[in-house]
Amino acid sequence: MAIEELEGIIQEEEDLQIRTRGLTKYFGRHLALRGIDLQVPKNQRLTLFGTNGAGKTTLLKILATLLKPSSGTVEVAGWDIQDHSVDIRKSIGVVSHHTMLYDDLTAYENLKYYGRMYGIPDTEERIRDVLDKVGLSSRVHDRARTLSRGMQQRLSIARALMHNPEIMLLDEPETGLDQHATLMLGEMLDISGYSERTTIMSSHNLERGFDLADRIVILNRGSIVFDERKGSVDLVDVQESYSQYSGAIR
Amino acid sequence: MREFVSKVSVIVWKDILSQLRSKDVFTSVLVFALLTIIIFNFAFDLDAESTRTVAPGILWVAFTFAGVLNLNRTFVQEKENGCLDGLLLCPVDRTVIYVGKMVGSFLFMLVVEIIILPIFSILYDFDLFVPKLIVVTVLATLGFAAIGTIFSAMSANTKARDIMLPILFFPMVTPIIIAAVEASALALENAPWADFSTWLQILIAFDVVFLIVSSLIFEFITEE
Repeated sequence: MAIEELEGIIQEEEDLQIRTRGLTKYFGRHLALRGIDLQVPKNQRLTLFGTNGAGKTTLLKILATLLKPSSGTVEVAGWDIQDHSVDIRKSIGVVSHHTMLYDDLTAYENLKYYGRMYGIPDTEERIRDVLDKVGLSSRVHDRARTLSRGMQQRLSIARALMHNPEIMLLDEPETGLDQHATLMLGEMLDISGYSERTTIMSSHNLERGFDLADRIVILNRGSIVFDERKGSVDLVDVQESYSQYSGAIR
Repeated sequence: MREFVSKVSVIVWKDILSQLRSKDVFTSVLVFALLTIIIFNFAFDLDAESTRTVAPGILWVAFTFAGVLNLNRTFVQEKENGCLDGLLLCPVDRTVIYVGKMVGSFLFMLVVEIIILPIFSILYDFDLFVPKLIVVTVLATLGFAAIGTIFSAMSANTKARDIMLPILFFPMVTPIIIAAVEASALALENAPWADFSTWLQILIAFDVVFLIVSSLIFEFITEE
């Protein structure tokens, strides 16, 4: 093996932000993930597709340290998930269809709470910065419950960006949003530096997920059944592969 | 240690602010506790002697059931909008989350008790400022919140959480309630410290055990 090739492999290993080996997860007797081997290099944008129950949320929850794997190894941002879950949590931002916002607190108070929990030194400046990014500066003192669903989701993105994480995990962030809000969400993700972070996003929206991705992975019954770089496949290939497992194209 | 206290105080600040804004839990807990002591007061035709016998029990029935109402909401509020996941995603040890939620419940119950005790003293004709009763109330409430927070977290993940919490919680908290009732009776009789201290030691022992065990097992309970 040529030295350049070896150096390339070593560099690729060093650049890996997420690595799972033989990752399995049982819920009781139900096997939700079946030996997932996944390597995600720095700044790659990976979109996960799969039918309901395919294991997308379980995989993201394990990467986010919310669930423990039944077997296999998981490394996120260079840390092993078993021993360094607190270090991993400093490196990840999570957005899901749940906003993780307190309805009775204002946008400012919600961000202040999360900012202080993450130990951000200049919380006030950071709050101004992230609210500006998601276009909610004018609603800073409004309670979360008074914001529209789309605005709440934008505030949720601001919450996830408060500590400027190097990795973003997005679990069907567009669920429950109307067409306009979904488009805005895409814009928000672009503005928030989506392309400058390692990102894994699960989605049911093939067009949207494909647009935002560098790499497409399809999960089916807890296994990876499709894993391609965007350059080597087009949307039609993804739709065909997806329909093979779901029986429907969206 | 400073960071631990700082993060705990952030959770407590958030819980207090949420309670002040919504007021629904506080109002229902307070009304429930008030109704309990008022109904018992009218239900029994109490003379001075029988008051001394039953009043401590009435007081702790009110505190216990009002406390359960509060505990039922402690983690349910966190489940709304997935806030519990948001909390668990914060880069802090799970013990910080447990202590934060526990202190929030403890303070909430203390505020309710501070309002109820003067009304209780008027209705049942007791002195308001009995230092021993205050010590018992604080210690029993601490133990109640310590173990209650754990069961609140456990039951929040169940479908029949309103029923599950009392069923799981009451058998565990019974020693604290018994000790609280006995110690309160002695406090109201102004019994000597020697008699009183036995129940006090039991309360302290349960508080310490519940706080340590709950801190250790909280991580396992919060994992799905």
